[in-house]
Amino acid sequence: MTGHAEKSAAFAANEDRAHWHDQSLWFVRSKRDRQASGIPEWEALREAASAIKTHTLSRLADYLEEFERNAIANGIQVHWARDAAEHNAIVHQILASHGVTHLVKSKSMLTEECHLNPYLEARGIEVTDTDLGERIVQLRKEPPSHIVMPAIHLKREEIGELFHIELGTEKGASDPKYLTEAARGHLRGKFMGAQAGLTGVNFAVAETGGIVVCTNEGNADMGASLPRLHIACMGIEKLIPRAAHLSVFLRLLARSGTGQPITGYTSHFNGPVRGGEMHVVIVDNGRSRILGQEAFRRSLGCIRCGACMNTCPVYRRSGGYSYGYTVPGPIGSILAPQRDPQKYASLPFASSLCGSCTDVCPVKIDLHHQLLAFRKVLVDLKAVPLQKRLCMAVMGFVLSRPSLYRMGGGLMRAIVPRLPRSLVYGPWNPWGIQREIPLMPPQSFRDLIRKEPS
Amino acid sequence: MSSRSAILDSLRQNVPPAAPLPAPIDGIRFTDPIKQFEETLTIAGGTLVRATAQQDLASELAKLNLYASAAKVASLVPGIPSRNVDLNAIEDPHDLEGIDVAIIPGKFGVAENAAVWIPGETLTPHRAIFVIVQHLILVVPAGQIVDNLHQAYERIQWSPNSFGIFISGPSKTADIEQSLVIGAHGARSCTVILL
Repeated sequence: MTGHAEKSAAFAANEDRAHWHDQSLWFVRSKRDRQASGIPEWEALREAASAIKTHTLSRLADYLEEFERNAIANGIQVHWARDAAEHNAIVHQILASHGVTHLVKSKSMLTEECHLNPYLEARGIEVTDTDLGERIVQLRKEPPSHIVMPAIHLKREEIGELFHIELGTEKGASDPKYLTEAARGHLRGKFMGAQAGLTGVNFAVAETGGIVVCTNEGNADMGASLPRLHIACMGIEKLIPRAAHLSVFLRLLARSGTGQPITGYTSHFNGPVRGGEMHVVIVDNGRSRILGQEAFRRSLGCIRCGACMNTCPVYRRSGGYSYGYTVPGPIGSILAPQRDPQKYASLPFASSLCGSCTDVCPVKIDLHHQLLAFRKVLVDLKAVPLQKRLCMAVMGFVLSRPSLYRMGGGLMRAIVPRLPRSLVYGPWNPWGIQREIPLMPPQSFRDLIRKEPS
Repeated sequence: MSSRSAILDSLRQNVPPAAPLPAPIDGIRFTDPIKQFEETLTIAGGTLVRATAQQDLASELAKLNLYASAAKVASLVPGIPSRNVDLNAIEDPHDLEGIDVAIIPGKFGVAENAAVWIPGETLTPHRAIFVIVQHLILVVPAGQIVDNLHQAYERIQWSPNSFGIFISGPSKTADIEQSLVIGAHGARSCTVILL
């Protein structure tokens, strides 16, 4: 099975492209920094956001019941799904009972996680992702490579070629304005023909029984206000207690994610469109289990801004697909192995533990601490390759015995410089694949200190 | 057991220790909130028009080329007539397609992010009006610019089965190589008139 390192190697092989990807994301990270530094109370906001999430998680069942009560009073139909299969079946049942043949969707990482699109398509429903980036990757039959900027890995020429084939734009045309205009016309046709709209949920508010959706394009509003049927799908962790708390999260979300003070449209849906129906599907899919794990429960505070990806030196240089999971980057590297520790065992190691993700996280998730903690979980589960586990066992044995360590150091200094290169470098030394082992010093630091006049 | 009870039971079994809610945040203030609003709106791709002393909306509108040249105008502002559109005669919101300009009253603006709050009842009869039209003109009382989003949420009244939206500038996207393009799905321009 190929892990993160193998897939990254393929991405990094195209050096120009990897560099371009790195720079694109760093540009977004810099915009985030400018926004954050413009708010004197930035750190207090992060503290407040973190505290609100911690509080909400400590009473999540109560708040979900309050949300449901108020949502029903708003005329919203509330559904509960234990897992992805149940979520997909509920959405399909709602669509089927309304005779929907064409669904327009705005961005929802939850439905990506549940693989809703192929499920509906297999049952004869045409699904159109309407966020421009998502439409691009949908036409390419790819998943998003970033949760906020789904097509960040593509160059304009590639999108121009795709649109030439799929939308009939001029061959060779790659001007973003021209391509966006073509997509606008194409997708407006889809909006006009759809009988239902599905949106994600950025925040659900217990106090109002409503949901909030943020977009820059306005696609969620087209989908939720034109057709008579609106379905909103949310993970249980999207809940916040009161509407006033929205101010804290909305001030942080777009500034952290794209470096904007707020998204273009921040829509508060507290009920169906006139003469229509609104459904909210509340999904667990493993989240309540994470809640029970002290070391990892703070990951449920994530508001999916993408800041940890934009700043991550590993994500920027390896691309979203190297993670092989719906949510890539540092937060994805914690969420994915929760779902399947064997399959995603390499992800918590896809980090230098530099802590930049933790520094930018608007809800102060201790991301790099969790990545480290997960490595221990994976070693205990024996999900880590034997070679790595053996090395760790030997290291642990030696480092906890000072005299053995000193003796080992002396042996290494004496022997390694005499060994032929072919013995030092090889598949048994992954550290040395792209690095030279430092020259062995004639004496240890300890010896040097001993000789210093005190 | 229903999925609802299964989820709620699982959450109660895994419940973390109690944690209090934090104190409210005292947000940023500006010496000139209108100037801040204007600067932020400009960056968001919108345009601010400060009405002249007469406070005559009709004459301010007449000065706007996109309004003067529009074939179909939907107005939700009392006293400003619609042009070639009768919103109340439209049954299906899909028939809003083709309207060039919508003029919509905003309740208040927010200086820190150039967002204008529009309560859903303002949009009656069709809440899709703000996103389906080609150009948007928002009319906001000049005395109703708050500094930050915390103050904004203090002002909002929530009623059951309602809708409300913050709009900050025109529809936009940067999904192709991070290059900003105005006019993704919704309005191609957003003019805010401070009255």
